Amino acid sequence: MLMAKITYITHENEKHTIEVQNGLTVMEGAVQNDIPGIDADCGGGMACATCHVYVKEDWFNKIPKKEDGEDDMLDMAFEPKTNSRLSCQIVVSDEIDGLEVNIPSKQA
Amino acid sequence: MNKTDALIIGAGPTGLFTAHQLKLIGLDCEIVDNLDKIGGQCIELYPDKPIYDIPAVPECTGEELTNNLISQLKPFDIKFHLTERVEEVKKEDTNWLVKTSSGNTFLTPNVIIAGGVGSFEPRKFAPKECEQFENKSLFYSVKDKSIFNGKTVSIFGGGDSALDWAIELSKDCKINLIHRRDEFRGAKATVDKMQELVKSGKINLFTKYQMANANGDQRLESIDIKHDNNEIKNLKTDYVLGFFGLIMQLGPIANWGLNLYKKTIEVDTEKFETNQKGIYAVGDICNYPGKLKLILSGFHEGALAARACFKLARPNEKYRFEFTTTSSNLLKRLGKKE
Repeated sequence: MLMAKITYITHENEKHTIEVQNGLTVMEGAVQNDIPGIDADCGGGMACATCHVYVKEDWFNKIPKKEDGEDDMLDMAFEPKTNSRLSCQIVVSDEIDGLEVNIPSKQA
Repeated sequence: MNKTDALIIGAGPTGLFTAHQLKLIGLDCEIVDNLDKIGGQCIELYPDKPIYDIPAVPECTGEELTNNLISQLKPFDIKFHLTERVEEVKKEDTNWLVKTSSGNTFLTPNVIIAGGVGSFEPRKFAPKECEQFENKSLFYSVKDKSIFNGKTVSIFGGGDSALDWAIELSKDCKINLIHRRDEFRGAKATVDKMQELVKSGKINLFTKYQMANANGDQRLESIDIKHDNNEIKNLKTDYVLGFFGLIMQLGPIANWGLNLYKKTIEVDTEKFETNQKGIYAVGDICNYPGKLKLILSGFHEGALAARACFKLARPNEKYRFEFTTTSSNLLKRLGKKE
């Protein structure tokens, strides 16, 4: 099974590095491994903005771009920044092995 | 005081079908929902998104599903209490005494929580300083627009609510419109109209800015807004409006003495009863081994919880299982037979 290492950094600066199966989303990797701070209330439907993460600048440009609608949802996220993404929209693959995301202080 | 056989909290698909099942087996029920309309997440979050996994319905949108469920309830008389949140659930002898945010009270042996991921509440500003001005000079919805006449109003958001109010209030107020990016997600005609008002000086537009601070002693005096490049601007303002959509919060449910797991309520899989006798949880909000957050699972859970309600609402009668195809009792209730 192909896996990629994803590092989730909580607001308290705790690092959780998890092997997430390719094809899952960064949100699913967090939820399945009980990473605190990612709520994902709508279950990945890009309908709630509660799986919001910040992606480090160099990675932000490397991962697949936002599709229609993601920015609309990010308008509603808690403290969105220019490097904000919804983690349910980032699909895990070999290309993003080593990705680091920061979790905001809260989701709402 | 309303007396009913069962009170359903939540008018989403699961709550609606649970009502159908209760009425079908001859019980009364009423439904409370914090939203101003029927349909729950299906209407609030994804009215236009197609759903493909409702049995025997190859494809339908959240809105179509809701409308079909409402029309399935047509034979029955069900009282809806919208824009009301259940605040308190207290034991009174063999019944539950339920109080809502509008002061309505219910006495019922059965409370069915079909609350999705909780009740929808407005999303709020991030800075803590904003809280002290909430409902005084900072609002997340408009109840009486006349209070803004002749004042400076700073409106945050990029959707239709923010744009509509910016346009409407620009007639009688000085408007600052602040949004975190250049693109607006409102309807194109509304965005165009707003841009016109910006050109004619009726609206001051600040994009790539977000709320950084709210200042004032008793009254709000000004706000600081922060650009993506960290530059801070101070705007004098009398009022602030924030339109960031809705978020689901578990809210008062957390205080009712139920066993919770994360944001869900633990239930058994026979009656979908919680650790409190006569309080059930169905749909996305319930949790048990193997739970799937699918609409079809909510329907099943509601059907079983409804049968469990029968025992408490009609302690001296015996529930008999019947099919709608053949039972004259059920057909009468459905209005298909005299």
